[in-house]
Amino acid sequence: MKRTIPLFLVFIFGIMGIIPFIIPNPIVQGTDEFVRNNLLKILAAFALILGLGSLLKVHMDKIRRRRQNWGYSWVLIISFIITSIIGLFGGVAGTGILPTTIGSFSFDVWTIYFNVEVPLGSTMFALLAFFMASAAYRAFRARSTEATLLLASAFIVMLGVLPLGERISPHLPSFAQWIMEVPNVAGQRGILLGVALGALATALKIILGIERSWLGGGGE
Amino acid sequence: MTLFFLIGIFALAPPTAVRAYDTPDDGGGAVTIEWQLSPDDAQLDKYEIYRSEDGVDYEKVGFIGAGRSRYEDETEDGKNYFYKIVALMNTMRIFSQPSQPVMSSAQWINRKKLNIFVALFIFGTFILYFTYYARRGKEFFIRKIAGLQAIDDAVGRATEMGKPILYCPGIGYIEEIATIASLNILGEVAKKCAQYDTKLINPHLDPIVFTVAREIVKESYTKVGRPDAFDPESVYYITDLQFAYAAAVDGIMVRERPATNFLIGWFRAESLILAETGASTGAVQIAGTDQVSQLPFFVTACDYTLIGEELYAASAYISKEPLLLGAIKGEDWGKLIIGVVLIAASLIGLLTKFPVLNLFR
Repeated sequence: MKRTIPLFLVFIFGIMGIIPFIIPNPIVQGTDEFVRNNLLKILAAFALILGLGSLLKVHMDKIRRRRQNWGYSWVLIISFIITSIIGLFGGVAGTGILPTTIGSFSFDVWTIYFNVEVPLGSTMFALLAFFMASAAYRAFRARSTEATLLLASAFIVMLGVLPLGERISPHLPSFAQWIMEVPNVAGQRGILLGVALGALATALKIILGIERSWLGGGGE
Repeated sequence: MTLFFLIGIFALAPPTAVRAYDTPDDGGGAVTIEWQLSPDDAQLDKYEIYRSEDGVDYEKVGFIGAGRSRYEDETEDGKNYFYKIVALMNTMRIFSQPSQPVMSSAQWINRKKLNIFVALFIFGTFILYFTYYARRGKEFFIRKIAGLQAIDDAVGRATEMGKPILYCPGIGYIEEIATIASLNILGEVAKKCAQYDTKLINPHLDPIVFTVAREIVKESYTKVGRPDAFDPESVYYITDLQFAYAAAVDGIMVRERPATNFLIGWFRAESLILAETGASTGAVQIAGTDQVSQLPFFVTACDYTLIGEELYAASAYISKEPLLLGAIKGEDWGKLIIGVVLIAASLIGLLTKFPVLNLFR
């Protein structure tokens, strides 16, 4: 029973996901939209409560046991409480019952998001440039035949998009373009074809109850 | 006489054969109007579309450039509509004859997608057929996948070193197939962690994925007879922001120094940030995603990479369950059929004038 009900629900909702693809009738489309937009949102709200509970529990435990860098857990918990109070009582853009401005200084959730979260996210994203440089160094070390081929083709493509490439040979830009449009696209299409079929097979396996790893493994 | 002569020169010929019909394969609320272009189409500015509910009073509902002879109008289902097309040149305009009355309605089947449905049915039949054979005891050969063979070694290494295993399912939501495939692999990895008594760290970006993952890990520990070893705090939610999540996982890699990092699931720009940080800590890294744009980063920075469909085959490969292996065989046959169809269609398209592409539209 513990397994039958989840398998049955997965079958029903899986089929409900396929049907709207071929039936355009508003009754079917509306039901699909209701399931995706309304039911899933309600489910997400409950899951978010569980998620936040788990986050706080992990950090409280870290503080209690004085684990490595436990002080940062206080930063998280205090930030969480302050942001929650501002968000719950001050409104998203400072329209709630709690005043979220002192003079010209605003600290509503929207302002916090744009002045704290966005710059921090951008900083992490900017690190990607440095990681790319180190990854490129790692990739271009000609340690094997494949790596040497990668190095050679990357070198040709890079030269091909530079003005210098055309100076070296007028055929270099078109050759670089050919590498990008023919072997590169052929490889990508091969992967995409496998991905599409694999995704379809995985979906079918789950809907039909053949794949049960998500239930902790096969068997009854 | 002169007046009639000038009218003869400047008169516009109207569009003809105006045909309005319920737009096929839709959910209703639309009528398609088609017409024969005016003989003076080259001189026209545009066509205007007029609509009437009683066939007497017409109102303008839209316009379309010269040279085009098709327009889709939004309508209310169950009402009759008449259409006229007006040809316009400067201030001159001429109305066509009205169309026959038309009524829009919702369709039950989208015939344009039936070919996909048929393909899905054939593909599903293959999977069921080979699953049936597997159930009867037939063994199937599955080629070796280095990344999946390394899982046992990777878990063993972590056990020997007394260090944890980090399993990162990416930033996908539960509706992503890659996330679901990742959760399937997580179940198998969790079983091995339970068997070897190795600590598992499983941070999440999406609360729904987190909830499902916690149940999967718990079930895996129970399945191998170690429910007591399951630590509910090993599976936890961090944030729903992409780079905040990347920063947190990077922090775990640097602080906890896991012996093995699994980066398996749906990834975007954070893939390289995670993989490079993991590589810098000296961890064995097994990655896998179906995002073609992220694969080069994983191939570069990780020890093993599951490319595309290998990700979906992973749980079958690890669990060695005959039914799952049978399904993979069915998947391979599906690919073979598609390959043959692609080659045949390409040859027919190249060597004959048969409109082979129309079969796939």
